[in-house]
Amino acid sequence: MSKVILFIEDESALQKTFGDLLQQEGYEMISALDGEIGLRLAEDKNPDLILLDLILPKANGFDVLKKLKTNAKTQNIPVIILTNLEDINNVGKALELGATTYLVKAQYTLAEILEKIKKVFG
Amino acid sequence: MVLPETKEQFNLSRQCKRYGLSLWQCPQFLFLFMGIIIICSILITYFIGRNYLGDPELVALVVLFTTAILFIVATIIVQSFERLAEISRMKSEFVSVVSHQLRSPLSNLRWAIEFLMSGRADAITEKQLEYFKILMENSDRMRELVADLLNVSRLEQGIMPFKKEEVSLAEIVGQVVKEADIFAKASNVVIDFEDENSLPRISTDPVQLKLAVSNLLDNAIRYTKREGRVKINLAEKGKILFCEVSDSGVGIPKDDQKYIFQKFFRSSNILKQQTEGSGLGLYIAKSIIEKLGGKINFKSQEGVGSTFWLTLPIG
Repeated sequence: MSKVILFIEDESALQKTFGDLLQQEGYEMISALDGEIGLRLAEDKNPDLILLDLILPKANGFDVLKKLKTNAKTQNIPVIILTNLEDINNVGKALELGATTYLVKAQYTLAEILEKIKKVFG
Repeated sequence: MVLPETKEQFNLSRQCKRYGLSLWQCPQFLFLFMGIIIICSILITYFIGRNYLGDPELVALVVLFTTAILFIVATIIVQSFERLAEISRMKSEFVSVVSHQLRSPLSNLRWAIEFLMSGRADAITEKQLEYFKILMENSDRMRELVADLLNVSRLEQGIMPFKKEEVSLAEIVGQVVKEADIFAKASNVVIDFEDENSLPRISTDPVQLKLAVSNLLDNAIRYTKREGRVKINLAEKGKILFCEVSDSGVGIPKDDQKYIFQKFFRSSNILKQQTEGSGLGLYIAKSIIEKLGGKINFKSQEGVGSTFWLTLPIG
């Protein structure tokens, strides 16, 4: 069974690129374009990994992360933050809330992000 | 050279126009106006005092009146300065917001190009690859420019995060050299750096220091045309650590040297050669090093090369 990755990101261009990339790598990707849908899909589909943007419509990334980590159904799903917010305080806050890692979009190539995803799956 | 500059300083209306302020809001003009009032009021008070000595109340009244006028003018001057400061703050904030907004579409663009270049979408021809490389290089340039603009705006707003820890300067320089390796090889430049293990560790911000050193090294490589050598020396001199980056590059023309740390300044000889660059690297490096309690300076000769050095306090 292929691993399921939930991508919570409001940029549809990124949804498309990651969708194609992850599919080619043998993963199944589910898209959520806002925080609320993301939370619902996390609970319903029980993905193996969540990629989470921080600036999102309806519920921002920190709220989503907090709810994911306090819900017994979703608290063990690893979460990778994928954002353009570079502030060091945000990094600390996200890791404290239970994010596995914090990636600033502008600093990584697709190939590097793919490596990080594979590393989570071990 | 001095005369036109001095003339420019006295051309108040042009200076005020540059700030986008009317004469009655412009600090330079108001200062001059206040100066003239002070001189006139002293003279008038003197004459009145001399001619109407028998009526000290009148003298007091004139002094009071002129003081009130001066007070009003001074208030307007302060307000004008506040307005200028506000404009400057808004400008920095604007740059920051715009840069942040530019980052998302840039990431989308870069990753889409990377996806296409990797041949994952479909097989690509040599010719297509050439053009993809142009797209990639230019989106990388935009990314670097946006990063520079964000750094400048953070430094100017005073919100650049500085977090000090005990670090080794040699280790940081070593990392910068390693990261610049591909760029140096592509530019036919050899980096000459010997790790000085004997230097004491210092308390500084490693992330910011790395950014400053990497800007110096990046310039040294970028402005060395044809084959060349960049030498990095580290030393301890009394209570300071010293890091020197010298290149055999194009150098900085004498007339341009005094402007070299200014924002967006690019010297005339490199503009002719169309070398890429934002003109922000040295400004950022200088701001960072000064925030870290150090100094930065250089010597350069056009056609021979440049040597930039920075100092950092120990302890």
